[in-house]
Amino acid sequence: MLGEWAAAEKPTGGYNFAYIDEGTKREIRRSILKAIAVPGYQVPFGSREMPIARGWGTGGLQITLSIIGPGDVLKVIDQGCDDSVNAVNIKKFIDRVTGVAMTTETKDATIIQTRHRIPEQPMTDRQVLVLQVPLPEPLRHVEPLEAETRRMHGEGDYGLMWLSLYENIALHGEITIGAGYPLLVNRRYIMSPSPIPRWDCPKLHMAETLCLFGSGRERRIYAVPPHTIVEPLEFEDHRFRVENFESKACSRCGSANETYLDEITDDDGHKFYTCSDTSNCERRCRQ
Amino acid sequence: MKPIVQVRDLTRIFGDSCGRCLEHVDETTNICPVCGSVVACGGVSFDLYPDEVLGVVGESGSGKSTLVRLLHFDWEATGGAVYYNLQAAGSYGAVNALELSPFLKRQIRNTSLGIVYQNPQDGLRMNVTAGGNVAERLLTAGWRNVGNMRARSAMLLQRTEIPVSRMDEPPRNFSGGMQQRVQIAKALSNSPAVLLLDEVTTGLDLSVQARVLDLIRSLQRELHVSMIVVSHDLGVIRSLTSRTMVMKHGRIVEAGLTDQILEDPQHRYTQLLVSSQL
Repeated sequence: MLGEWAAAEKPTGGYNFAYIDEGTKREIRRSILKAIAVPGYQVPFGSREMPIARGWGTGGLQITLSIIGPGDVLKVIDQGCDDSVNAVNIKKFIDRVTGVAMTTETKDATIIQTRHRIPEQPMTDRQVLVLQVPLPEPLRHVEPLEAETRRMHGEGDYGLMWLSLYENIALHGEITIGAGYPLLVNRRYIMSPSPIPRWDCPKLHMAETLCLFGSGRERRIYAVPPHTIVEPLEFEDHRFRVENFESKACSRCGSANETYLDEITDDDGHKFYTCSDTSNCERRCRQ
Repeated sequence: MKPIVQVRDLTRIFGDSCGRCLEHVDETTNICPVCGSVVACGGVSFDLYPDEVLGVVGESGSGKSTLVRLLHFDWEATGGAVYYNLQAAGSYGAVNALELSPFLKRQIRNTSLGIVYQNPQDGLRMNVTAGGNVAERLLTAGWRNVGNMRARSAMLLQRTEIPVSRMDEPPRNFSGGMQQRVQIAKALSNSPAVLLLDEVTTGLDLSVQARVLDLIRSLQRELHVSMIVVSHDLGVIRSLTSRTMVMKHGRIVEAGLTDQILEDPQHRYTQLLVSSQL
């Protein structure tokens, strides 16, 4: 194995290839394998100190660093954007400790680490999507005790979660959860998809791509393997709906209701919209 | 007729039991002289038949509420057996329900049991709407249509005399009597085969007490639900139940027809209880 790392093109600044030592990588990979074997189940893992603060993507970072090899091509995005601070910092760091090729093109990447979005372009079974997760526990807002939420997951006792959705409808007429909509994975575990918008949730259902979720601060790894049934919690008379962008369009590429749009207000108070996924927007502009 | 609930030697001991507590305690005490454990419920056995209302009477600390909480799986029993011959949950008549997995216990509870606690705080979620409280059991039982659940909640709240216009208010806004009636509506939401009533009228004023008792009686007549009514109030026992068990120090000291027990008590303690009625 070391021979492979020695063949890496650039030196890794005195650190082991991909920063984390091999023993730790193996431990994290074991947790990932368990997470894949039990879709939607939160596997505890020994989250290590990273050179960035907990809560800034250390969970995703540790997953990426333990699966990356010299031949990989990496894309890092933050809220859909390749150039925002969190993404750039993580990219620079991974570049320094691995020297792997970087890209902004979704289709060229083999590993995509992301915060709060899933790329718009469909992904393949040759790619892995790594999501950074701030709060892995979907039941936390209905039950504060960790021991109790674990029991609820273990016994499939999800009545309280459903009750909170019922209350939402009774008091507000609809389910008001925007980002991080609770999903039932493989008809067994309720999972938080990290705060991705509802728009992205259907992309997890029967996906071609392996999705790994890492929460460094909360020390949990979970996964949605390819071709897994992922269903949003919904009622027969109150169906799950994604965000609606009808009558709005991206000011750059003109996309209307085809991509997830960000609302931006300029200095004069005018509202306009642009694609949240910047690399997809540029691709559309080029076409 | 086959009993719907069979209870055999149901026991709950609080504290580190010496293992032979039941032999050491008798009707005069429920504290084991050897290890100091408290036998809250000791060797309780009885049958409950379909459409029957069974009373449990005794002073406070006699183990009445413990008995109900054991039957509802709120607390773990130390020993004994409970057999539920239920239609909805699949029959567990041949299996000791106390040894089932938590999942199956909850299934029995959600589909076939209803409970009304003395204190509405124990039975209701005070921050969740009254309608949501009633719908909770339906949600756990797999209902996934908000319209149908709201219709059933509204029907039950109407039946228990809660204005339907207030169904989207949390019970903490309600008076004690109203909270108790929301609890009854909640307990009835899944059309239970067995309803457990733990001191339902205690703490309510007399006119409200009378209305709650009327409500329970008419519901029983309509729905033919089997009930276990726990009370220290002999008036409640007399007006609701056909058969009664008298408990003291966690033991059943006397059992029989309610009229018979109240008119011709045999056991010393029952005689005391009946004669000390105001």
